[in-house]
Amino acid sequence: MGTTRYILRRLVYGLVLMVGVVVLNFILIHAAPGDPAEVIAGEMGGATEEMLAQIRARYGLDQPLPVQLWIYLSSIARFDLGMSYYFDRPVAELIGQRIWPTVLLVLTAQLIAIVLGVVMGVLASRRPNGPFSGFVSVFSTVGYAAPVFWTGLMLIILFSVIVPLFPVEGMTSARFRGTGLAYALNVAHHLVLPAFTLAIIFLAQYARLSRASMIEVLGADYVRTARAKGLGEGAVTFRHALRNAVLPILTVAGIQFGNLISGALLVETVFNWPGMGRLAFDSVLRRDYPTLLGVLFCASGVVVLANLLTDLSYRLADPRIRTGGR
Amino acid sequence: MRLTRRILFGAVASVMALGTMAGAPQAEPRQGGELVIISTQAPRHLNPAVQSGIATGVPGTQIFASLLRYDGDWNPQPYLAESWEWADDGLSLTVRLVQNAVFHDGAPITSSDVAFSIRTIQENHPFQTMFAPVEDIETPDEHTAIFRLSQPHPALLLALSSALSPIIPEHVYGDGQDVANHPANSAPVGSGPFRLAEFRPGEQITLERFDDFFIDGRPYLDRIIIRIVRDPSTMVLAMEAGEADMLPYFAESQGIRRLQGVSALDYTTRGYEGIGAINWLAFNTRSAPLDDVRVRQAIAFAVDRDFIIRALHRGTSTPQRGPIIESSPFFNPEIEPYDLDLDRANALLDEAGHPAGADGTRFSLTIDFIPGNAEQQQNVAEYIRSQLRRVGIAVDVRAAPDFPTWAGRVAQGEFDMTMDFVFNWGDPVIGVHRTYLSTNIRPVIWSNTQGYANDQVDAILAEAAQEPDIERRTALYAEFQQIIADEVPIYFLNAVPYYTFHDARLANVPVSIWGPMQAMDEVYWTEDR
Repeated sequence: MGTTRYILRRLVYGLVLMVGVVVLNFILIHAAPGDPAEVIAGEMGGATEEMLAQIRARYGLDQPLPVQLWIYLSSIARFDLGMSYYFDRPVAELIGQRIWPTVLLVLTAQLIAIVLGVVMGVLASRRPNGPFSGFVSVFSTVGYAAPVFWTGLMLIILFSVIVPLFPVEGMTSARFRGTGLAYALNVAHHLVLPAFTLAIIFLAQYARLSRASMIEVLGADYVRTARAKGLGEGAVTFRHALRNAVLPILTVAGIQFGNLISGALLVETVFNWPGMGRLAFDSVLRRDYPTLLGVLFCASGVVVLANLLTDLSYRLADPRIRTGGR
Repeated sequence: MRLTRRILFGAVASVMALGTMAGAPQAEPRQGGELVIISTQAPRHLNPAVQSGIATGVPGTQIFASLLRYDGDWNPQPYLAESWEWADDGLSLTVRLVQNAVFHDGAPITSSDVAFSIRTIQENHPFQTMFAPVEDIETPDEHTAIFRLSQPHPALLLALSSALSPIIPEHVYGDGQDVANHPANSAPVGSGPFRLAEFRPGEQITLERFDDFFIDGRPYLDRIIIRIVRDPSTMVLAMEAGEADMLPYFAESQGIRRLQGVSALDYTTRGYEGIGAINWLAFNTRSAPLDDVRVRQAIAFAVDRDFIIRALHRGTSTPQRGPIIESSPFFNPEIEPYDLDLDRANALLDEAGHPAGADGTRFSLTIDFIPGNAEQQQNVAEYIRSQLRRVGIAVDVRAAPDFPTWAGRVAQGEFDMTMDFVFNWGDPVIGVHRTYLSTNIRPVIWSNTQGYANDQVDAILAEAAQEPDIERRTALYAEFQQIIADEVPIYFLNAVPYYTFHDARLANVPVSIWGPMQAMDEVYWTEDR
């Protein structure tokens, strides 16, 4: 199949999936008890019945559910994500402010997880029963099992309070008002701990996967042939073995992208990282349907795109897939 | 322990502060500097005229000035009003404005803006009792406003203070748009000591010094940054690491104890008398067995308030006996607390006709709680369950996943007992009456959701609302408190232990009755940060 046709087909599937996500979540969140007017009333310290009725009328919450769904879907079709009940601002504006912090966090964590995970896995695979391999196995298990909330707080206590190397919270310092390179450096400084916290969970998986994959590949005939030809161990490992061992890692990386975004929610809360995860979390508590649905719509779009890119990179890494195995 | 510049400065400042009260001035006020406040509260917008609550109140009182403000001893002080005078019949209040006050866009603040602001509050603010008796506001000249009342309204002065009555510009908000949803609510043109520089919803609010503020030389600070941090643990660590300078409205005991040990920080529990937050157990008095006062009294005798304070709150909170916060001048100290007495509780339940069954159970109840504040709510609910089992009441603790779920149950009366915490808001007329008036039994949260009706209470509150004589008014409220304590529609547990933690080098930390919900024009740094 041609690559362009393949991409187009995947994009159409992706779009159908995104609409499905929105409809399903619309029904789910409306099935939960309580309504946004109650939240706004709570925030106001109470309200009169008239005020509650006004709030419901303003946001169309007094309409039947199918009508609300239809109105929402038609505005989505016009690329209008609606107004936040809580902040009374366009959802697109709220998401626009937060999408790039989340993308930055998730991509950095993904990069750290893949690079460190693969390096650890490869090094461990060279002596599968050696002490480093044992360390990788233990680190992987602990990293995967530890709650991300706990990991984050431990890193903060260690590297922000006891040894004050990194800031506790935020994407920039509250007092910071620089631009350009100074801004980038400030963000990078704040990014270290949250990115590592998020990466640790996935790093464990990549380390185990690449270790297992490499052990299998290093036992293959073509690796023995490469060694027999007198190639150095580095060239054998990285040029011949790793290229083949990396395919399952790519697959997992694509699948894990959705998990990374959901993991980002907790990391964003612990580190006060101003991303979409925190916005989604707060929106659930506030019953801010348009904001929540907008975040889910965008997040599902990002996951669809990430999976598509994974598939494409898979085709690049393995010519057999591109040519249909011929 | 890490040694930082901050700790050294903090140690020096702490020595300087020895023997002085938190928030007291420690040196000649210095101009300049920034103040970073952290808060879990994310405001919807910044206009307190149409929105109550701490989240909007803290930034809102920096951006907007009110006619009056209050000191720490419940005395009104001039602010935008340089003087005020009651008519002899108590039916009108004449307020004279300062001459030089301007809004942040340079337009003068006039009596017409005052009248517009109060009308807007009357129409949009949830606290309808604040200005209910205000029939008209006359504006004989640009700097005089006369409030005409349908009945005496002693709560009026307090209602004219702090976040309750911001003076908003008529030329901005009077453009015909709905003020409750006005775009300027998020980009306000204010009248207070700080103007809005940036508002990132749910993240950060940056306020800058307003150079033309009507009080000469104020504010001292150049900038206030309010950082929204959702996780209390992160807030504590940010304070410890010196990333923030002030943490107000903090009530989490473990964090309190941890921050009390940080030498670079000071703290105060003053400044929360006005808001008067009470943690309580409310009963649905509409149906059996809780419609019987003896059952409610039995529950009160079975719950050990001291244990809650000592063990669950690590001694950080203070006991509360009645519906009016104990730091209020209207509090009745004669109320007898319900001290733990299981024998009396059992006797009352027997008397009420609820004998224990074969398994020792008399009857079953549910208890709800507000999610998200385990220490004040869920943990206390769990404790109450275990305690009531001792007198034969089986209690099912019903968790709600979020605030709307809890609020929906309570507002609709679908509960037996619920934990709750509610603010007094300064004057009983504003924050207390709503819970007990039978005319306020409505399906709305923080009304009389207990369904409690007592004609005598209605009459006392109606009289107290318009009694200008302070002694007579205090006596009326004392009687009201005694009735509530006897009839127990609510069992009062504790005052929510709000603390303000702050950098020790910060002076004049707000300790008026409104605390951080009052303009911080007097706050300054005693040395460079």
